[in-house]
Amino acid sequence: MADKHRGKGNSIIRLKNVWKTYTMGEAEVHALQGLDLEVEEGEFLSIMGPSGSGKSTAMNMIGCLDIPTKGEIYLDGVNIATLHESDLAQIRGRKIGFIFQKFNLIPTLSAKQNIMLPMIFQGIPEAERHERAEELLKLVDLADRMDHRPGELSGGQQQRVAIARALAVSPTVILADEPTGNLDSKTGGTVMEFLRKLHKEKGATIVMVTHDEHVAKNADRIEYLRDGAIVKRYK
Amino acid sequence: MVSYLKEYVRLAANSLRKRRLRTWLTMIGIFIGIAAVVSLISLGQGMQKAIEEQFFQLGADKLTVQTKGVATGPPRSNSDVQLTTRDLEVVQRVQGVQVATGRLIEPITVEFNDKEKFLYLASLPEDPDERALVMESANVEEKDFRYGRALAPSDQLKVVMSEDYYNNPKFDGKALRVGDKITIEGRTVDVVGFFKKTGNPFVDIAFVMNENVVRDLVGEPEKLGMIVAQASPGADMGLVADAMEKDLRKSRNVKEGREDFEVQTAEETLSTFKTVLSIVTAVLIGIAAISLLVGGIGIMNTMYTSVLERRREIGIMKAIGARNSDISTIFLIEAGLLGTIGGAIGIFLGIAFSKIVEVIATLALGTTLIQASFPWYLILGSLVFSFTVGSLAGVFPAMQAAKLPPVEALRQ
Repeated sequence: MADKHRGKGNSIIRLKNVWKTYTMGEAEVHALQGLDLEVEEGEFLSIMGPSGSGKSTAMNMIGCLDIPTKGEIYLDGVNIATLHESDLAQIRGRKIGFIFQKFNLIPTLSAKQNIMLPMIFQGIPEAERHERAEELLKLVDLADRMDHRPGELSGGQQQRVAIARALAVSPTVILADEPTGNLDSKTGGTVMEFLRKLHKEKGATIVMVTHDEHVAKNADRIEYLRDGAIVKRYK
Repeated sequence: MVSYLKEYVRLAANSLRKRRLRTWLTMIGIFIGIAAVVSLISLGQGMQKAIEEQFFQLGADKLTVQTKGVATGPPRSNSDVQLTTRDLEVVQRVQGVQVATGRLIEPITVEFNDKEKFLYLASLPEDPDERALVMESANVEEKDFRYGRALAPSDQLKVVMSEDYYNNPKFDGKALRVGDKITIEGRTVDVVGFFKKTGNPFVDIAFVMNENVVRDLVGEPEKLGMIVAQASPGADMGLVADAMEKDLRKSRNVKEGREDFEVQTAEETLSTFKTVLSIVTAVLIGIAAISLLVGGIGIMNTMYTSVLERRREIGIMKAIGARNSDISTIFLIEAGLLGTIGGAIGIFLGIAFSKIVEVIATLALGTTLIQASFPWYLILGSLVFSFTVGSLAGVFPAMQAAKLPPVEALRQ
């Protein structure tokens, strides 16, 4: 079915023959070897694969955290493969919402301050930052924990704060890297519930990397990665 | 712009608060340096101000003649070169001199309460005009006698001194009182009065008697320690000084450039003082600056450590949209805060320290020459300077933090 939409021009992410080569001492490691991938607006995609398959590298490329050695990556029509760090930072801040396996909240800031941080980098006025952060905390059922530091929150709560932070700047795409990897299955289930709700109710575009088949099945589509390229597609 | 700068300051302050011990240790380096600079400058400035005031009291229309090499205070008595009453007569005849007087200031032994002390005896001329000039230069008036009375021109073996000798038991646990009999150079002398302290240590320490009596006691019929002259109103001080030098050269038979005496206007004396004082202050501040440099290096070290520790945090901030400039700004603010807070504490400590020095100097040494002075530019300048030191020290660590590739920073 996905093939049917391709070429219509509404794909929000498009990777064309993307290569990433790391030099480790003498040896060259090809993390990505000609990866092709497309994600459409409003789609929930899971990328699966064993460790070392290049799925995290792929995620970093889509998230503008890294640039490919070769190939083209279009995000919202812009080829980010040729951009400089300051432009990439702009795109990350405006178009990408990251959710990490290890939550990656700033430990010295409260839940609310963590959610406001990306908005600060976008120059959103203070009053609006407060309003939006409180709204998002309500959305992830943590309104009563807004002044708690990450250390005072459980893993599931921290990941929900991270989801709220990812939504802070109304990004084009949400990238989730093993979002349940550090959580027990029950808490992981709640977190997945939130992601599904986001997708269903708000039409969010989500790309999720996982090695857990069960988690991956929450998505509309699953792509299997091996040795830096897609080997199997599921709908 | 201002709105997120505020947030950056908050972020930086947060991270300093989290590493409290290290923050304090780092700031010590700065605040010791700033405290030293502030207290040195404030004491130096204060001293300069106090000296200026003293000279202002002495008056801009005064000239002094002393034998060469003696900047101030009781001249050396063992010097071969002497001023005499003949020199005074020459000075009194110089054009533009209204009144001139000589003072004999000699070391003496004083005995009281079975205790012998070595002190200075200063002469007070009997002539009313000359007497008035001496009193004015010393900043003592009739009404300044707190206990007893001033010397009358007809007094013979009578002595007056500052209240320092009344207030403090200087003779083996005993203070002097009006009516006490003391022995000066083997003669019994009556204490008749105490004047209020002037703040000038040379005035406050000396015993004062009428000139003819002093000459008799110390056996110096014509020697003078120094000559003080007051110029006529409106006279050009430089011209009067030149004329005085010329006449004295002639009468003392010395060539120009080989004078064994020195004519100084109050202004000249003041500038000599100021020069010496500013050299001493500059050297001390130079030493303090070294400690500031070390403090700056301390901040740099702390910031480098901080960048290493917070690689992950930097990575997170970059992932959620922080540009390199945002990261470096946050780290720069952090370093600047370390400098500024350290500086503020340093200013506070410096003020406290110089105030303590001032109080100790006043109480223990009895001098008002050491005064702490805190001009606004010293406070503001120190704050700006400490902020600058901190920020400069933070430049390289901040650049390093900003340059971290986000993927690598996150991988930790």
